Amino acid sequence: MSIITVSNLKKSYGDLEVLKGINFNVDKNDVVAIIGPSGSGKSTMLRSLIHLEEINDGTISIDGQELVKNGVYAKAHDLKQITSKMGMVFQHFNLFPHLTVKENLEIAPKMAKKEAIKVIQQRSEELLHKVGLTSWAKSYPAKLSGGQKQRVAIARALMMDPEILLFDEPTSALDPELTGEVLQVMKDLAQEKMTMIVVTHEMGFAKEVATKAIFMDNGEIVESGEPGALFTNPQFDRTKAFLQRSLSS
Amino acid sequence: MSFDYILSVLKPMLEGAQVTILLFLIAIVISIPFGFLLTLASRSNIRMISWMAQGYIYIMRGTPLLLQLLFICFGLPMLPVVGEYLVLDRFVAACLGFILNYAAYFAEIFRGGLLSIDKGQYEASQVLGMNRWQTLTRIIIPQMFRVALPAVANESVTLVKDTALLYAVAVPELLHFAQTAVNRDFTILPFFLAAIIYLLMTLILSLFFKFLERRFKFE
Ligand SMILES: Nc1ncnc2c1ncn2[C@@H]1O[C@H](COP(=O)(O)OP(=O)(O)O)[C@@H](O)[C@H]1O
Ligand SMILES: [Mg+2]
Repeated sequence: MSIITVSNLKKSYGDLEVLKGINFNVDKNDVVAIIGPSGSGKSTMLRSLIHLEEINDGTISIDGQELVKNGVYAKAHDLKQITSKMGMVFQHFNLFPHLTVKENLEIAPKMAKKEAIKVIQQRSEELLHKVGLTSWAKSYPAKLSGGQKQRVAIARALMMDPEILLFDEPTSALDPELTGEVLQVMKDLAQEKMTMIVVTHEMGFAKEVATKAIFMDNGEIVESGEPGALFTNPQFDRTKAFLQRSLSS
Repeated sequence: MSFDYILSVLKPMLEGAQVTILLFLIAIVISIPFGFLLTLASRSNIRMISWMAQGYIYIMRGTPLLLQLLFICFGLPMLPVVGEYLVLDRFVAACLGFILNYAAYFAEIFRGGLLSIDKGQYEASQVLGMNRWQTLTRIIIPQMFRVALPAVANESVTLVKDTALLYAVAVPELLHFAQTAVNRDFTILPFFLAAIIYLLMTLILSLFFKFLERRFKFE
């Protein structure tokens, strides 16, 4: 049973059509790697899923509920409830610089007022421990390295207890020696069966961790499938050319 | 030049300084929130509101504060029909003038602060399920104030010095008493005393803002 289904997703900026009728499904516990050249529409596609972009046409269902059906969005209240099933991790972390690490984790659940403060604090401690940053709880983001910031961002997203986590190039802004610690946290999540969609240039991660790979080019999904097969035996020239370029660099 | 003499001119000047400080406090406490409302209004999606706010800011920043003060004190009462109801107490009129003028400057400072905030902050707030009000009050405004703090500090120091414009609308304050003593006693000493008092006020204010900047460094 698919937890996400996307059909005929279209999106334009003015005259520029950046998504030209995208179709794909994500099953529960899938780790989907989205690869493709820069400007191919990967971010726009990912951001559409969590309503950071408004699409022009198509249908997106999350966990059986329609976020948007044939280009018509659900009501504001439903939108909020549907998107709350997802968390998002950004390339540039987007931590709140005026809040400590602990406050970054706790602010959204506290605003949501669905749980007792004690419960929220306990979970933030657990999650900071999980990402190995317990001793940084009282620090401000400015004091952290890029890798640490991204781990805080992942913990912050997990605070809302999402069923699906979206990652938009989570390691692209990091120094190479810091990508490992972030990828490790993501691997741990995959092992715990978190459903994830990851836009990435990390071919190693895609091959090793993803259960499914999607290759996008020029606003379309060119091909998708089991990562091992897609990487070793791509069906289309565009995929081949892209893989050759990214594996050689 | 006796110590007693210094004390005798200092006394009215310090009383005048109280007027200066009172005006400063009233102006700053009201013009900062009013300025922020102007910032929000100037960014409103409703064209009419945005234009009015921007026009207001443009006029207040584009004309001399002295002109605005004279207008409120002496110009308003000359208006036909309504003029007779607009004869305000001089001090009240001066407060009004400073508030209306400084709010426009603060609005411009806060606008710069808002523009400096990355759109990723709004996006992160949205995907974490925070509504617009929560995002504005918990995420955006605190960062905006932090960015604006040095400029607000500058503007506040300017405000202290601008209070001397009260002289022109005949509200007795620090400079007024200094000038009176200079004329009466034929000595420039009161001017030096006035300078020292202004310097003390701006120094304390600057230290206060330095403290705020350190306190809210977020490091
Ligand atoms: N806000 C925007 N306004 C106009 N064009 C945009 C905007 N965002 C993205 N684009 C364009 O959409 C295309 C896809 O962008 P994006 O989804 O960011 O690609 P990717 O993430 O694969 O690099 C690019 O041509 C980009 O220039
Ligand atoms: Mg992108």
